[in-house]
Amino acid sequence: MDPLPPAESAVVRRIVADLKGRPGPLLEVLHAIQAALGFVPEGAVPLVAEGLNLSRAEVHGVVSFYHYFRHTRPGAHLVSLCQAESCQSMGAQALAAHARRRLGIDFHQTTADGRFSLEPVYCLGNCACSPAVMIDGRLHGRVTPERFDALVADGAAAP
Amino acid sequence: MTTTVYVPGDAGALSVGAGEVAKALTAEAARRRAPIKLVRNGSRGAYWLEPLVEVATARGRLAYGPVTAADVAALFDADFLNGGSHALSLGAADSIPWLKGQQRLTFERVGIVDPASVADYVKHGGYQGLTKALAMAPAAIVQAITSSGLRGRGGAAFPTGIKWKTVLDQPAGQKYITCNADEGDSGTFSDRMLMEGDPFSLIEGMTIAGIAVGATQGYIYLRAEYPHSLRALRTAIAAAHQAGYLGGDVAGAGKRFELEVRLGAGAYICGEETSMLESLEGRRGEVRVRPPLPAIKGLFGQPTVVNNVVTLATVPWVLAHGAEAYAGFGVGKSRGTLPIQLAGNIRRGGLVERAFGLSLRELLYDYGGGSATGKPIRAVQVGGPLGAYVPSSQFDTLVDYEALAGIGAMLGHGGLVVFDDGVDMARMARYAMEFCAIESCGKCTPCRIGSTRGVEVIDRILEGVDGERNIRLLEELCETMVQGSLCGLGGMAPFPVQSALRHFREDFRARVK
Repeated sequence: MDPLPPAESAVVRRIVADLKGRPGPLLEVLHAIQAALGFVPEGAVPLVAEGLNLSRAEVHGVVSFYHYFRHTRPGAHLVSLCQAESCQSMGAQALAAHARRRLGIDFHQTTADGRFSLEPVYCLGNCACSPAVMIDGRLHGRVTPERFDALVADGAAAP
Repeated sequence: MTTTVYVPGDAGALSVGAGEVAKALTAEAARRRAPIKLVRNGSRGAYWLEPLVEVATARGRLAYGPVTAADVAALFDADFLNGGSHALSLGAADSIPWLKGQQRLTFERVGIVDPASVADYVKHGGYQGLTKALAMAPAAIVQAITSSGLRGRGGAAFPTGIKWKTVLDQPAGQKYITCNADEGDSGTFSDRMLMEGDPFSLIEGMTIAGIAVGATQGYIYLRAEYPHSLRALRTAIAAAHQAGYLGGDVAGAGKRFELEVRLGAGAYICGEETSMLESLEGRRGEVRVRPPLPAIKGLFGQPTVVNNVVTLATVPWVLAHGAEAYAGFGVGKSRGTLPIQLAGNIRRGGLVERAFGLSLRELLYDYGGGSATGKPIRAVQVGGPLGAYVPSSQFDTLVDYEALAGIGAMLGHGGLVVFDDGVDMARMARYAMEFCAIESCGKCTPCRIGSTRGVEVIDRILEGVDGERNIRLLEELCETMVQGSLCGLGGMAPFPVQSALRHFREDFRARVK
């Protein structure tokens, strides 16, 4: 396990110090770390464990339990495709196949240029406008392969 | 004169372009020097008409939809600010037939009010329930909820008043109100719509619950997939504080109630109440063995109310209008109304709130207009990923907890996911097991191992290996999971599989490679 660079260590320590007094703070701490760094690095686990007086195993157990917490640095743009029943009924699997081809990666992977990460998600709550896609926290409904390409092109143009 | 224009800020409306429409309206109004006040309301739930733009006129709120940013200039040309006629005109929003026939109690303000404004909430009848509750004894509030017949809308349909009474009967001390906003069922979005369209009704409902059972702290456990709801709730909680409806002296009545939103992290199991409590405490969302019930030993070991968003948001209506008025809606033991969500392959998808007792057929065809693809509807999954697939021969079944249980289905959180005749039901059965394997918390064996074995057995059936024998094995495996799992995930994940086997057996044949 690589230790965190000093700047990231400082971020993690500050987050733990800010939140440790709250009831049941671990998830809050992990959310704050991911919001600040884009993921929860393995090197953050001992710092969090020490700060919250938990074992490393307990912290690792929580980080690894929840699908939302990322263990590696994501691409510049996070593309989540809903793969649940409602979106399946409107072609989500074909859209996923298209997205894989378009980006050249599978689910849980990041493009070589670091621009896009692709993730499956199980319901975005947009089931009357299926299929749904979320890109960088923005929700899109009734997404066709053509619209997907346009959204990704917009994303590629953005910083 | 400034004209008020409404463009929904609801995530679903934004997903089909409401943000771009709002931007174009603002720009075009400035260009034409036409003073407008833009309100970002919630969605009325007629998603096939989104983005639905409304204009406040002397003739009421007139609707136009579905509007794209490219339509905006033409709407101004047609003088829509004065209700001018245009190809997208829908007339008065309240008179749109799809909306007019609904019985909106819980959703009475969703899509109508400004979700960021306490004043608008109060103007539309908000906080009347709390005012009444503050003049009542705690036991009388609980009795009103019991008498209303309100049952848990998250899916378990447990009588809300009985849950509250258990918490009220615990000795005084730290108690909690928790709201389960981990709406993970595919085909459901009523919690999301409510939190984004009328968050104060949830805040008021939780405040009433706190006063009823003697709890001073509330938590909303919100799924991380709902960033728009998070913003709406945080804005509303701050506004309620500012207006004195939350904090140390609720509505000047000397009672304390504090409210905080906590984010989940993408685990479907955390919609199960004990798993949600573990997660709120900052741990892995593994289910707890009951007893003790959360009402006796819940969050941080203290007596805790756990209710769904829609359940809690219905409480203000019950208090404001009386338990009898609420119980006057519905059939049998299913009292009141249910916000039903029409989803998937359906032409007119969205939210329909009606009293219990209408048929699936009415929902699918009268409201829904049949499938989006125009092909025959073959199956409807009722009640989320753990719900049964209902075949067209059973579409006359009524929406009522007991009637659906009678055909081996369950109503759950009220979502209907529609599939046309292109659906492969063996694939959907496989997906049910796969989803359970992805989302199992791992605590009990039937769910953790059974779901993985279930995927493998279905794969063998589809490969043509010992078809009949493996179908029998799959049926036995389902039975083991139903009987032996610790909670509803492993205990109900077999329902879609069993229903697919029962009604669509012809799909479980070997595939030609």
